[in-house]
Amino acid sequence: MDTAELLALYEQMALIRRTEKAAHDLFLQGLVKGTTHLAAGHEAIAVGAGAALRDDDYVFATYRGHHHALARGATPEECLAELMQRATGLCRAKGGSMHLTKAAVNMLGSYAIVGAHLPMAVGAAWSARLRGTGQLAVAFFGDGATNIGAFHEALNLAAVWKLPVLFVCENNLYMEYTPIADVTAVPRPAADRASAYGIPGEAVDGNDVVLVQEAVARLARRARAGDGPAVLEAETYRHFGHSRTDPAAYRPAEEVERWLKHDPLDLARGRLVEAGVPEERLTEADERARDVVQQAVDAAKNAPAPDPREAFTDVWADGGAAWRT
Amino acid sequence: MADVITYREAVAEGIAREMRRDASVVCLGEDIGAAGGVFKTTAGLHEEFGPERVWDTPISEQAIVGAAMGAAMTGMRPVAEIMFSDFLACCWDYLANEIPKVRYMTGGQVTVPLVVRTANGGGLGFGAQHSQATENWALTVPGLKIAAPSTPADVVGMMAAAIRSDDPVVFFEHKGLLASKGAPPPPDHVVALGRAAVVREGADVTLVALASMVPVALTAAERLAEEGIGTEVVDLRSLVPLDTATVLASLGRTSRLVVVEENPYQGGWGATLVSVVADEGFGLLDAPVRRVAGECVPLPFADALEEQVIPTVDKVVAAVRSLAAY
Ligand SMILES: Cc1ncc(C[n+]2csc(CCOP(=O)(O)OP(=O)(O)O)c2C)c(N)n1
Repeated sequence: MDTAELLALYEQMALIRRTEKAAHDLFLQGLVKGTTHLAAGHEAIAVGAGAALRDDDYVFATYRGHHHALARGATPEECLAELMQRATGLCRAKGGSMHLTKAAVNMLGSYAIVGAHLPMAVGAAWSARLRGTGQLAVAFFGDGATNIGAFHEALNLAAVWKLPVLFVCENNLYMEYTPIADVTAVPRPAADRASAYGIPGEAVDGNDVVLVQEAVARLARRARAGDGPAVLEAETYRHFGHSRTDPAAYRPAEEVERWLKHDPLDLARGRLVEAGVPEERLTEADERARDVVQQAVDAAKNAPAPDPREAFTDVWADGGAAWRT
Repeated sequence: MADVITYREAVAEGIAREMRRDASVVCLGEDIGAAGGVFKTTAGLHEEFGPERVWDTPISEQAIVGAAMGAAMTGMRPVAEIMFSDFLACCWDYLANEIPKVRYMTGGQVTVPLVVRTANGGGLGFGAQHSQATENWALTVPGLKIAAPSTPADVVGMMAAAIRSDDPVVFFEHKGLLASKGAPPPPDHVVALGRAAVVREGADVTLVALASMVPVALTAAERLAEEGIGTEVVDLRSLVPLDTATVLASLGRTSRLVVVEENPYQGGWGATLVSVVADEGFGLLDAPVRRVAGECVPLPFADALEEQVIPTVDKVVAAVRSLAAY
């Protein structure tokens, strides 16, 4: 990867980190309602994978999906407005943090039932094949999803139909509060299962955006060439607890410290500095990210609440909600 | 075309017509390809359209319906088969949480034009896990359209409407009707969802039925006619959209209502229908409403026991007779 590209990816990660920080702060101010599952710490997976994908590839994510929406082209303003229940939100305030979706850029949703979207990604890949478009589908999911039936059904179907789909596990070591290792029969919950379906299962340092980009690009090439699906297990760590109410006290202090030192932004920064990029270029990138997010926060704060009539739109394709003729 | 067609043949015919018309229609399910489906409701599709449009799947109900959803979101019109409607429970997440909600929760960004077809209901002695009438399960979920035809012509016409629908449709094919015969549908036959049919006119009592209960209602009506009771039979045909206007109009003529449903009384669709009538048509009624429904027990195996549990002609006759005399 050349330096200019890495710098662009760094800036994208910085923007996501800033947006997550803003979501956290706005929650504390009572302006973000419900819950959030912040992805601070996971940025390199969304950004690295995004850099390896075509613009028209399909992406499916979980309730921990802010980073995927942003990496695929949702703006911080649309996302924060959605979290703040504003009419200008990405899903017109009908989705919320757990359902960020931007169909116009083929980011086809964030799903709050663990594992449910893996078969959907298989279906999108099947559809791409039927239409002969050469598109790929990617499902991002947590380690916890690997013990759900839909994970296994999806891998098997994708394998027997040889579909262009990638299963990218963000293994952050924990489900909600339980370490995945305590409840899983194999050490690598995603990668170790791939062989049962006759497909490649690889592991990668999910905090290194360059390594993620390279791994996804390689697996995407083979999938597009008709060689079928693959599993990529990206090891990472969440900086916050599982969701807003979780202080994450169950994590050993040395483990937290070790992972915070292995921060995806720092890693990318280190690579850039090593490549001779002056510090001020990185500082400029940080400042731009900060400014964009600040403007997004201001705009979202000033946006109106949704029209109450919106509660009765969009159940059906005609735009309405009538269940009687 | 022959001058009669079976309900079973009508299923394959209805799908084939849409597959000929629209290249984005594809089928997936267990044993639906060369085998033609366990109920032979997809016979001939694999021969005509080939394996790139008729896909055999593993026994993976979540993957079948989940993949259909992903394909529907990205430009295809998948028709997924879930062999027995009881097995909808194995992919219930998709029917309860994913398919019906994605359009709403994305603020209208995503449309899911798919059909989930399934063999529904009792009458074939398959026991408690292969005989349930489950259309009321789907009725509890806003965002699903529900079709349940009773005649071969309606199967073809409603299949066309279901596959052309931009909304998700759960299509209940009744096992007890598969061998029944009827007039073949004309070319381009489409029966819009949400249009009930008055299938027999009568002045005294309105009998509303769905799917396999329609022939039960018609037989009951014939018997009642011998006693001088005129029974109007309404075939509801779909539960969502629900054609309450046709039911209320019929009540305007008869002022008495009996609903016949195969699913258990507890939570059955008839409860929703009669609550609308109580709310909006109370003034039309000259008698209480009656629901003849399945009993609240798992469906037993033996015919003699099943008869105790699901509505029969005798039970319907008794209910109508009691109202006529009210
Ligand atoms: C089917 C289902 N079961 C349980 C839950 C509750 N739940 C929400 S997130 C979560 C943990 C998931 O962990 P993982 O897949 O590792 O993802 P992460 O949150 O770490 O990104 C659980 C159990 C759910 N949403 N869906």
